[in-house]
Amino acid sequence: MECVFGLVGNGFAVVVADTSAVHSILVHKSNEDKIMVLDSHKLIAASGEAGDRVQFTEYIQKNVALYQFRNGIPLTTAAAANFTRGELATALRKSPYFVNILLAGYDKETGPSLYYIDYIASLHKVEKGAFGYGSYFSLSMMDRYFHSGMSVEEAIDLVDKCILEIRSRLVVAPPNFVIKIVDKDGAREYAWRESVKDTTDAPAPAPAPPA
Amino acid sequence: MARYDRAITVFSPDGHLFQVEYALEAVRKGNAAVGVRGTDIVVLGVEKKSAAKLQDTRSVRKIVSLDDHIALACAGLKADARVLVNRARVECQSHRLTIEDPVTVEYITRFIAGLQQKYTQSGGVRPFGLSTLIVGFDPYSGTPSLYQTDPSGTFSAWKANATGRNSNSIREFLEKNYKETSGQETVKLAIRALLEVVESGGKNIEVAVMTKERGLRQLEEAEIDAIVAEIEAEKAAAEAAKKAPPKET
Repeated sequence: MECVFGLVGNGFAVVVADTSAVHSILVHKSNEDKIMVLDSHKLIAASGEAGDRVQFTEYIQKNVALYQFRNGIPLTTAAAANFTRGELATALRKSPYFVNILLAGYDKETGPSLYYIDYIASLHKVEKGAFGYGSYFSLSMMDRYFHSGMSVEEAIDLVDKCILEIRSRLVVAPPNFVIKIVDKDGAREYAWRESVKDTTDAPAPAPAPPA
Repeated sequence: MARYDRAITVFSPDGHLFQVEYALEAVRKGNAAVGVRGTDIVVLGVEKKSAAKLQDTRSVRKIVSLDDHIALACAGLKADARVLVNRARVECQSHRLTIEDPVTVEYITRFIAGLQQKYTQSGGVRPFGLSTLIVGFDPYSGTPSLYQTDPSGTFSAWKANATGRNSNSIREFLEKNYKETSGQETVKLAIRALLEVVESGGKNIEVAVMTKERGLRQLEEAEIDAIVAEIEAEKAAAEAAKKAPPKET
């Protein structure tokens, strides 16, 4: 039921993830951020087993930071993707991490890139990718409407089309999505698409009993 | 005495650990390093021995960052420093991973000192031949700190301190001239202290400042030269004022 997808545009890469934290039939929360900022110019959108997702991506994040301190320069997106894949591959024959990852990044020399890394440690550099049941719908939409070098507006429009398909066609579609973007100015949150808000308003006061 | 200085794990009859004391000697031969704590800034300065003509000076960084908010300078065996710095960097990230919080300056100092102490109590190893000056800002309180460790594994916090060559003279200068400063004043104090024992000029000292907002920043040679020039001008003015008998009596 978790939906993660992303695409590369003109000088940027965008990744989208649903924001429900689900346990069997219970939705714990619908504002769980599954796209981690790996470093200033990288995003890691992860889906899968909840514990593995957080544990593994945080581990990758701290090791990427360590590399930067040791060597004085940040890892390229390709290097980070290969490192991530390597860690998944090492764990695979012991107790695999059940996490699927879309790694988006921007490098000064090579521009934006998107990497598809699944839980059995396949690594592919892609222009568009998706995981989960939502991928049946988002990949089809992207196949139809994607072209190289889309502008931010065009890309977000396509993202919204995909979200609409997921919401209308997937049986237990997640209500809310978060969109994050990475370009030369860094990795940041772009927008949320919420159809159900976690309410924090105080409950209305009970009506006065009849006199 | 000669019988008691071979192995690290052997005390001498009068209570010395000679290997540790010899390590402190190694520190005393290393280049001078000074650290000064201000109210909103901490400054590290290190003596730069003149580089060989063909050496790429950019590859010799004497002030290193351990994390976004912690930096370290040292005096002594630089190769030993590489090992300690690496372990400290890993510990900083490990702490962030397990505790979900950046380290405090005291924590990482205690870690480094603990590591140095371990090597004074194991068989078949020698102590790390360096003393470190560790500066940083604590993550939530934002208070600036300066700590020092030495080969024996002791550590303590300081308002200002020096280690390495001629550290005693620098410390004396700091004791005489230290006062609570902030910003550029702290930088000047650190450089003035270092200039007591180092030939003046931006080429011979490496200075880095750490602020809460901008983290660690290495000063450019030109910046250092400018500050040194300011200091010399102030010194010259003070000398002139002393020499000239006050005409307005």
